[in-house]
Amino acid sequence: MGFLDIRNVTKSYGAVKVLHSVDIQVEEGEFLVLVGPSGCGKSTLLNMIAGLETISGGEIAIKDRVVNGVHPSKRNIAMVFQSYALYPNMTVGQNITFGLEMHGTPKPERERALAEVAKLLQIDHLLDRKPGQLSGGQRQRVAMGRALVRDPDVFLFDEPLSNLDAKLRVDMRTEIKKLHHKLKRTIVYVTHDQIEALTLSTRIAVMNKGYVQQLGTPKEIYDSPANLFVATFMGSPAMNIITAKLVIEGGRAQAEITDANGKPLRLAFSSGNFTAWEGREILLGIRPEAITDPEGADRNSHNIQPLHNMVTVTEPAGADTFVTMTLSGKDVIARMRADASVQPHQPFDFAVNMEKAVAFDPKTGDRIITA
Amino acid sequence: MSVAAQDTAVSTGRITRAFIYLILLLFALFYLLPLYVMGVNSVKPLSEITGGNMMALPKEWTLDPWRSAWSTAQIGVNPTGLKPYFLTSILMVVPAVAISTMLGAINGYILTKWRFKGDTIIFGLMLFSCFIPFQIVLIPMARVLGMLGMAGSIQGLILVHVVYGLGFSTLYFRNYYAAFPTELVRAAQIDGAGFFRIFWRIMLPVSGPIAVVCVIWQFTNIWNDFLFGASFGGTTQPMTVALNNLVQSSTGVKEYNVHFAAAILAAIPTLIVYIVAGRYFVRGLMAGSVKG
Ligand SMILES: Nc1ncnc2c1ncn2[C@@H]1O[C@H](COP(=O)(O)OP(=O)(O)OP(=O)(O)O)[C@@H](O)[C@H]1O
Ligand SMILES: [Mg+2]
Repeated sequence: MGFLDIRNVTKSYGAVKVLHSVDIQVEEGEFLVLVGPSGCGKSTLLNMIAGLETISGGEIAIKDRVVNGVHPSKRNIAMVFQSYALYPNMTVGQNITFGLEMHGTPKPERERALAEVAKLLQIDHLLDRKPGQLSGGQRQRVAMGRALVRDPDVFLFDEPLSNLDAKLRVDMRTEIKKLHHKLKRTIVYVTHDQIEALTLSTRIAVMNKGYVQQLGTPKEIYDSPANLFVATFMGSPAMNIITAKLVIEGGRAQAEITDANGKPLRLAFSSGNFTAWEGREILLGIRPEAITDPEGADRNSHNIQPLHNMVTVTEPAGADTFVTMTLSGKDVIARMRADASVQPHQPFDFAVNMEKAVAFDPKTGDRIITA
Repeated sequence: MSVAAQDTAVSTGRITRAFIYLILLLFALFYLLPLYVMGVNSVKPLSEITGGNMMALPKEWTLDPWRSAWSTAQIGVNPTGLKPYFLTSILMVVPAVAISTMLGAINGYILTKWRFKGDTIIFGLMLFSCFIPFQIVLIPMARVLGMLGMAGSIQGLILVHVVYGLGFSTLYFRNYYAAFPTELVRAAQIDGAGFFRIFWRIMLPVSGPIAVVCVIWQFTNIWNDFLFGASFGGTTQPMTVALNNLVQSSTGVKEYNVHFAAAILAAIPTLIVYIVAGRYFVRGLMAGSVKG
């Protein structure tokens, strides 16, 4: 039993089902991120944990207490909203302590809690201001302060950083991560930003169309995506998906693809038993950073395969250079060091780290498991 | 929007501006003229009015017409002046405005933040009440007041005006609260605030602008109402009815200077409400609640 249990939870609006039996167990101190495209049901699930939406089926338990039907204020949760939802007529201090006041905490205790939180978030000097007199980042901190001061069992965040500009977002992301390390509280965090998901979480639930597609650690999600959706949603640029034919030669499974000129070439898988797939079509998934110049290849990898192909475009992007080529008739992106000596419209010797390659069933889109 | 306004301000030439101001000035004069006529004639002796120019300033200044209008003029059968009726109007209008505004605010709050099945129909019906002419409800209203034993009393008038004002006050507040971020209500719910606390502590403090609009509207309407006052007032008639009785009386000399003073007296409260409330008619109270 987890600290926060989401058991077989469904949500319907009339005849429309927007969440299909979601099952997630969150341990104490975990940072669970719900990630997925717009409209996949992340906020709905979070609001159901908060008690702001009714639960159509299944149950949610916090600390082994089923909370279906329990009022939001009695669930011992705190929530940070995307819009921050600061009370405009109250000062920062009043905003932060409003919850304590409503729960009947005596004034001296409120002041003490406020001082503590203000110090933690470095907003001591803002306590007498109104929300309208704060910058976006400061409002964000106040919203977090309001959640922290309550000392709840579970923190719920609904896209708390999406209203900030790019630089501030990265800073606040680090702050939240630090805060989690320091306080070790249980957090459920909604975002549609896969980088946020990967950097912050201890576990990720990737959602699409009301289904949890995969639940796992950031590494599991990134390295072993359960299906094509997860593979392409997580990671930027997205994982390259290349149509290939599976051949087995000398006992070794190889993906046969074609280069820019339509000439066949083969990339051997590291391991795995692909006999069931021999001669069939598969989808080969390779992350951009697994295709490099030979010098830039991962030294710890036991399976670097050469690939000679024409370069279509090179896009220097500061630290990295993105190189596009054509494989099996589709654009494939490689991510290289900035100083890789690669030229557009020239043939180039790529190095493919096939240890990181994954294969998908073209019909179902599920990853082919070859244990 | 302010940027666009500035742009047009910059691009209009001096001549255009002068022209616009001239037109506005003419309109202002046109509308101020009646007030001027009322003002000057209320401080003249009657002989100066009957004897000549209505537009001229008084040769002999006097406040007698005002005194008379306030405390001694013959209203109906009693020489009481407008004073008692003025008090009746105040006693009627203040609670009626307060109650209808308050109920409108609560209605708007419920209709936007505590949605229930059929809420749009209820709102539609309330909206409909804004378009029912007064005359249609006279007889049913008289019956209701009779059954409640409130006919001919100030309480009865208050009830009538509250019921009639609810449609508009609900409309105002509902539309205002519709733009109020629901996330604030949800945040307050999680913070542990209940139905009324959210209303008092979160919604009402930012309702200033719409409350002012609503109060101005209700006050003007209720103060200026004649039909309900004449129909249901009985012996406790409001100012408007008394003014009518004063001006329309068929006996004796027509004291125009007293009539002018009385008319101004009847208009002063609404003017004060506009002037005082208008100052609080400020936008931007919502700034900063959510990222904008
Ligand atoms: N009151 C409602 N009635 C009907 N459908 C609704 C209602 N509220 C939400 N939905 C639907 O439920 C689905 C999930 O909505 P939800 O707000 O959870 O999406 P989300 O994953 O948070 O998306 P975003 O990233 O855009 O916030 C959407 O398809 C939405 O249209
Ligand atoms: Mg959402």
